[in-house]
Amino acid sequence: MNRPTKGSGPAWVGRAIRRLEDPALLAGGGRFTADLPAAHRVRFVRSPVAAGRIKAISRPDGAFIVTAAELAAVNPVVPALHKFGYVPVAQPVLACGFVRYVGEPIAAVVAPSEAEAEDIAEAMSVDIAEAAPVIDARAALADGAPLVHAQAARNLVVEGKIETPGFAAVQAAAHRRVTIELRSRRQNATPLEARAGHATFDLASGRVTLTCATQMPHLMRTAIADLIGMPEGELRVIAPDVGGGFGQKMSLVPEYVVLVWLARTLRSSVAWTEDRRENLVASFHSRDQYIRLNGAFTAEAKIVALSAEVIANVGAYSCYPTTCAVEPLMAMAELPGPYDLQAYACVARGVLTNTCPMAPYRGVSRPVITMALERLMDVTAVQFGLEPAEIRRRNLIEKFPYTSATGLVFDAGTYRQTLDMAVAALDLPAFRRRQQQARSQGCYLGIGFATFSERTGYGTPAFAARGMAVTPGWETVELTIDPSGCVEVRTGASPHGQGLRTTLAQLVADELGLAPDRIKVVHGDTDRAPYGWGTFASRSLVIAGGASVLAARKVHAKLVKIASHLLEAAADDIVLADGVARVAGTDRALPIEALARAAYHQVHLFKGEIDPGISETATYDPPGTFSNACHAGIVAVDVETGRVTVEKFVVAEDAGRLVNPLIVDGQILGGVAQGIGNALLEEIVYDDTGNVLTATLADFLPPTSREIPPIELLHLQTLNGMTITQAKGLGEGGAIGAPAAIINAVNDALAPFGVSINEIPATPRRIRAALRQARKKLV
Amino acid sequence: MSERSEITLKVNGQLHAIRVEPRRTLVDAIREECGQTGTHIGCEHGVCGACTVLVDGEPVRSCLMFAVQAQGKDIRTVEGLANGEELNPLQRAFMEHHALQCGFCTPGFLMLVTGVLEREPDISDEDLVDVLASNLCRCTGYQNIVKAVRAAAADMRRR
Repeated sequence: MNRPTKGSGPAWVGRAIRRLEDPALLAGGGRFTADLPAAHRVRFVRSPVAAGRIKAISRPDGAFIVTAAELAAVNPVVPALHKFGYVPVAQPVLACGFVRYVGEPIAAVVAPSEAEAEDIAEAMSVDIAEAAPVIDARAALADGAPLVHAQAARNLVVEGKIETPGFAAVQAAAHRRVTIELRSRRQNATPLEARAGHATFDLASGRVTLTCATQMPHLMRTAIADLIGMPEGELRVIAPDVGGGFGQKMSLVPEYVVLVWLARTLRSSVAWTEDRRENLVASFHSRDQYIRLNGAFTAEAKIVALSAEVIANVGAYSCYPTTCAVEPLMAMAELPGPYDLQAYACVARGVLTNTCPMAPYRGVSRPVITMALERLMDVTAVQFGLEPAEIRRRNLIEKFPYTSATGLVFDAGTYRQTLDMAVAALDLPAFRRRQQQARSQGCYLGIGFATFSERTGYGTPAFAARGMAVTPGWETVELTIDPSGCVEVRTGASPHGQGLRTTLAQLVADELGLAPDRIKVVHGDTDRAPYGWGTFASRSLVIAGGASVLAARKVHAKLVKIASHLLEAAADDIVLADGVARVAGTDRALPIEALARAAYHQVHLFKGEIDPGISETATYDPPGTFSNACHAGIVAVDVETGRVTVEKFVVAEDAGRLVNPLIVDGQILGGVAQGIGNALLEEIVYDDTGNVLTATLADFLPPTSREIPPIELLHLQTLNGMTITQAKGLGEGGAIGAPAAIINAVNDALAPFGVSINEIPATPRRIRAALRQARKKLV
Repeated sequence: MSERSEITLKVNGQLHAIRVEPRRTLVDAIREECGQTGTHIGCEHGVCGACTVLVDGEPVRSCLMFAVQAQGKDIRTVEGLANGEELNPLQRAFMEHHALQCGFCTPGFLMLVTGVLEREPDISDEDLVDVLASNLCRCTGYQNIVKAVRAAAADMRRR
């Protein structure tokens, strides 16, 4: 690795060094869960119907089949939330008595190979007395709708309500009120590696090792041990290389509980690799929401009051650990967005239906609420005859810290600056001229903007405020140097593509005066890493990064102390750089390896003043911070076919210090691509009986390289001291802003037709339907 | 279910004598019978391209081909790209341009591109974007993959 010139600033932080993860992954040396051999393979038999009572399960002769009956001693999953009228609902790890969605696992078939397990599953039949399902959330709230769980009246599982004092008066006094209704259709995060688990029993220790594609290894250990009723120490969870997660691999997977139970019962190894159909139908879904907004504006188009109704379809069960309240409650807390607005009222409901359970997906509710609020801004701008950029300029928060109507504190950001950068990058006046010319030739171009905040890196209090029974937040890092001088950074964060091994190594490298390739980051193994929360919510670099720096500073202090003894110099004169401890201004120096060796083998030299070994631990539990960005895109809409082509996309963002600009850009580019898919292509479609009609990747359509335009990235770096590293999180922003910018651009393109498309994905079918409707009105 | 056939697969120049059912897909045989797990399975219905390998030089979805069909053919997988520890120019370009994140789709992209550039070293940038649309990546948003492949193609042309 090239050695940087050591200047006054950080040497490694801020550099686009190449990832330490890459060589193995590029050479076919990645180690994913499905790569492990196992004595037994598992196939899950799943419900073919959305609702009903299980009457009988046939068992082919000689087959080893596990159902709820065998798992009677295993507790159901019952996620808890202590607020907002949350009704706890229980999910048995295999359906017990009833089925509640198509794809719900009913039985596990165990056989020596996947093919044999599939043959047996194929030969089985499950006799189910079908019941009427309820698929749509608003239908589920209606009187007389079938109940998914008897204890949740009206299928209402959680209901958040807020109204700021004096709200009605502010709303009533406003110059203009604008109402819009929006719909976000159901999404699947679709990591390229579907879920997979492998459990093996160790006869000597009596322990089970579960290797699985998870974002939260430690919490999986706790949850699974609790459900099975085994000591947590008897379970080791490993997240090896994980092929993307995007939130879908954050929640507890009931199938993994079955695998651990099987490994213990069979005293052997068992594996399950989810196939794509299972993943699309029965893993976790998200973003299935209806939103109604009413914005109240002054005569100057300044928003003064916002009311919102949010209905989130959460599916048949509640996910662990966040609970299914995560979407509606995040919507309620963050809907006012980055706008200066103090009068706010919201009712946010989570509604149970006979569909696949909802779980977090990159951005959670924010791609949906950003789409909603940014549509409101654009619809209002049209009514006032303003440019979309202008209405945002008049409303964005400018003074920091800013306390929102829901009590969130926005730290210093660059909301207006990033908007201005995006406007300049797309040359708005030039675009408007081009748009006019194009229209005269029957070609419909549009421009769309989205300004938003991304709440990131928040600690325990933020989760506690939601009333969560499990409050992730802090992260602990254990930093050790062994006698050979090898540096290990052990963290409970659990990256799966984010390059955290590289960025944590960069942070620690600067603290210890070492090159990053000398630093090994260890994660994803509950036996080796300290208890922690994993990787989600744009938290890992902020929180595990902060803890790494704190631990490294302790190690730095110890190395200096050791060096001062060995070099017989004052501690203040010792400098750590380029892998050696040096007495400043002299040639007296010792390599880190020599200090490490002495720390273990020559402790007598320290005369009892220094403890043996080099191992320091630090924990970081930050208050949270807000990144911000403006996304802007130009689209062309073919009004004959309804096809949308994204011509260009710009992201102007501010996530504080960029530890590795290469990785930062990668996170944003990937997020934007998912957002474009979200806006135009991807949709899980249910029929009225609760069957999923989009069960292949030829039906559920993640974008390809053809659908993604050139994306220009512009960065600002506000260093406001809110985090130890000055870095803010940015893993979700790409996916948060893009759907709003794209849907606004589509509407701008179709402005001459007077249509308003407030539903994503804006598929060709929906665009054509809207145009036909508009033409009917004209006639 | 059915009789196993004895076949020999040649993977990265090495012969593997294996016994498989006729229904065994090539990707399963490569991964399990031949032990080469660098080739990944993403959808098993021929859309995502994660399992792309080269069969007699042509990119093939190995989830859509039976192992028995590959008998006697020259199969190349991601494990065959590097020269020992030394990554080849395409692999290096992926690293240089941050064209991978989780790395799950990467072997499929590398094999797709290897096959295409061997056949058509002067492929235009536009055609390249079309070819890359054969495979799915969920992490990178493709921009860096396109950059890396263009750089590798230019590099190979110079050699």
